[in-house]
Amino acid sequence: MVKLVIDGKEVEVEEGLSVLEAAKRIGVKIPTLCYHPAVSAYGACRVCTVEVIRKGWSRLTAACTYPVQDGIEVKTNSEKVIKARRLIIEMLLARCPNVKAIQELAREMGLDKVRFPQEDKECILCGLCVRVCSEVIGANAIGFASRGLERKVTTPFEIEPDTCIGCGACAVVCPTGAIKIEDIEDKRKIDMWSRKLERVRCERCGRYFFTKAMVDYVKARNEKIEKLQEFLNLCPDCRREILKDKLRVTKETTTLHRT
Amino acid sequence: MSKKIKSLKELEELRKEGLKSLYPDKPRIMIGMATCGLASGANEVFEALNTKVRENRIDIKIVPTGCLGYCQIEPLVDVFKPGWPRIIYQKMNGEKVIKLLESLTRESIWKDSILARLDRDELLIFGKTKKYDIQGELSGVIDDIPLLQEIPFYCKQFRIASRNCGFIDPTNVIEYVARGGYYSLFKVLSQYEPDQVIEEIIKSGLRGRGGGGFPTGKKWLYCRQAKGNVKYVICNADEGDPGAYMDRSILEGDPHSILEGMIIGAYAIGAREGYIYVRNEYPLAVKHISIAIKQAEEYGLLGEDILGSGFSFSIRVNRGGGAFVCGESTALMASLEGRVGEPRAKHIHTVESGLWEKPTNLNNVETWANVPVIIARGADWYSKIGTEGSKGTKIFSLVGKINNTGLAEVPMGITLREIIFDIGGGIPGGKKFKAVQTGGPSGGCIPENFLDLPVDFDALTKVGSMMGSGGMIVMDEDTCMVDVAKYFLTFLKDESCGKCTSCREGIKQMLEILNRITQGEGKEEDIELLEELSEVVKSTSLCALGGTAPNPVLTTIRYFRDEYEAHIKDKKCPARVCRDLITYTIDQEKCTGCTRCARECPQEAIVGERRKPHRILQEKCVKCGICYETCKFDAIKVE
Repeated sequence: MVKLVIDGKEVEVEEGLSVLEAAKRIGVKIPTLCYHPAVSAYGACRVCTVEVIRKGWSRLTAACTYPVQDGIEVKTNSEKVIKARRLIIEMLLARCPNVKAIQELAREMGLDKVRFPQEDKECILCGLCVRVCSEVIGANAIGFASRGLERKVTTPFEIEPDTCIGCGACAVVCPTGAIKIEDIEDKRKIDMWSRKLERVRCERCGRYFFTKAMVDYVKARNEKIEKLQEFLNLCPDCRREILKDKLRVTKETTTLHRT
Repeated sequence: MSKKIKSLKELEELRKEGLKSLYPDKPRIMIGMATCGLASGANEVFEALNTKVRENRIDIKIVPTGCLGYCQIEPLVDVFKPGWPRIIYQKMNGEKVIKLLESLTRESIWKDSILARLDRDELLIFGKTKKYDIQGELSGVIDDIPLLQEIPFYCKQFRIASRNCGFIDPTNVIEYVARGGYYSLFKVLSQYEPDQVIEEIIKSGLRGRGGGGFPTGKKWLYCRQAKGNVKYVICNADEGDPGAYMDRSILEGDPHSILEGMIIGAYAIGAREGYIYVRNEYPLAVKHISIAIKQAEEYGLLGEDILGSGFSFSIRVNRGGGAFVCGESTALMASLEGRVGEPRAKHIHTVESGLWEKPTNLNNVETWANVPVIIARGADWYSKIGTEGSKGTKIFSLVGKINNTGLAEVPMGITLREIIFDIGGGIPGGKKFKAVQTGGPSGGCIPENFLDLPVDFDALTKVGSMMGSGGMIVMDEDTCMVDVAKYFLTFLKDESCGKCTSCREGIKQMLEILNRITQGEGKEEDIELLEELSEVVKSTSLCALGGTAPNPVLTTIRYFRDEYEAHIKDKKCPARVCRDLITYTIDQEKCTGCTRCARECPQEAIVGERRKPHRILQEKCVKCGICYETCKFDAIKVE
């Protein structure tokens, strides 16, 4: 166990946690954009910047990547922190003035004026989509390309990636709504990845649900479980219906965990 | 028969063979053919000489060598002839070298284009000097030729890391051995426990030469102590600072010194595999280091059972794709693993979890090249050189507005003034010194009143700059400091990996403001906003690239605030550099109406009758400055 102080409160948590996770434990809220508990910490947006005092030395650092250490003191709201966080959000707002999540953060920080020329982008390059695609789904269909201001999330060679199964996890974790998914009847379109996919109908209710690629992907991953193969041809609602009595699986437990 | 060296006796034999190669019983002509030499025409010299020698069947040895550091006066040609002192010729070309050769075949010293002579060879590793056997009757002829170590560019230098550059054929391992190469490795493998090696390096006070200045021995110790059986050693040869090329020079001119350092380090740390991450824009460096690895393996100096000690270590060369940020250790390791070269948070140090999450020790080229000398001469000897906190020497690359462009290796603690004026020969054209940018794009501009600052890691940091890799860009009075800050930020904008908001967006916004200021659209509050941005980018960026990126802005504001204010308030560029803030006019008294400027003007913006004063149509003028350059009567005014 590691003992540290966060905003004056003594905390004892297990080793390996980040300062962000430790703060969450005791209900101290640190704003984040590129953090999601389902994937590894990345430290890109810098919105979770906090002040860490270690052996008398104070420094600003991202709470999501800083591991808890014995004896450190963390200030999540010091003057230094607020000043830095405000400016970071101001810069993000200049990049994406129409993104709700950033507008909200700005409002929380009392930011009413942007001193920089404004663009109209939606993506803040937080990399959540890249991480979820690789770490959770395992498809590795998207990644970062180029550097500096040219940096963007894209598909290999910027062509339609056949590795994308159209699961939509990227859109779910995207904090700014930059990734849009369009479902029209038997088609799913993800313009951001130039991806067009075919959707399949539920064998029980006849409703379109997942993409064919997604169903095939999950089937292939579970090919040894024969009983599951047919079951995967059903939409989530019908699966629940069938399982309801047998396993008492409720809707809540299968809903994507969000923070 | 195996060439593999297994004993001191065998190494000694190889050294003797090397000495025969270095000092043959016939003339030996060395041509400085590192990239800098090649750029000034060394290949032409080599070809001319080679052709002539072949055609006339002259019995001399021609050897390409590395860079002696004095790049301003290259191509350099170095003549060794038994019985003569070594003579070094400057600014050579194909024609001159033939004259030199003809003179040499007539047994007489060609007296044109001489830079200096050498009457002895410093064998740093052995702490010995080898005097050349110079025949008596020559003394009258050579007395007026200065000794190399006495000419201004060299007299304050102390070449440790660059000890062999320009002295040996870098593609021939035996010449490296002839000057004491691999003796330190033998010493370590036969007499030292790994802990003793680390202790020696700690005691020497050697600090990382790549920019960070972290104590090398401590880094080795932490890596040795880290848990795990598999450990890696890396040489960071991804030198990318504009104007810095000392690593390239060592890679090209003395690759074995790096290998020897790495093998010693690997033994101390307990690594069996090493990597050299070198940028692909250095093709000659890649070639020479690759040849060196092959040769070292042939002689049993690298690979399995090194020098018969049972210790095994292999090195692979990995070529970088040209991203500046890959010089950052975690980005470099990501790139080595085949991933996108972007840094990660370093709260868990790379000595504990680096390449493939194994303990990894990374040092820069120059750091590695110092190691064999420290082992050979001892920590006590090494730590007497330099200052309290910064031991040893540092190679600086002198570029910009300076008379002697080149690489100078000097003891730490020497003053900026000595480097720039004594070694560098001052500013060309009688112009005034204005500032020197040290530490590359993320260093800072140091003004004139700090010229007597002793140069070491801590002193440079104190004035807002840093040692960095040792680049020194000298600026004269014609340099606009706002423009300089803009230049470096433009570089960093392109080279930031773009991962974290602070660095990516912060540099962009700072650059926007600087652009505005240099275009005459600066606002009163801009300086303050620049400072605010700098502070936040510095303190919240993920890696050192962002952490130091604001330095050029902060130091130019700190030391040249008046220039910023002139741009913003008076809409003037005092150095007359920023195009939007200057006007070209013609002095009606001085203009003779020669029409030269009017003919040269690409915009046809200059009008007037022949033999009558001309004038510039401001609405057409693009401020290219061609009229200013062409006017012979000093009639063009810039304000």
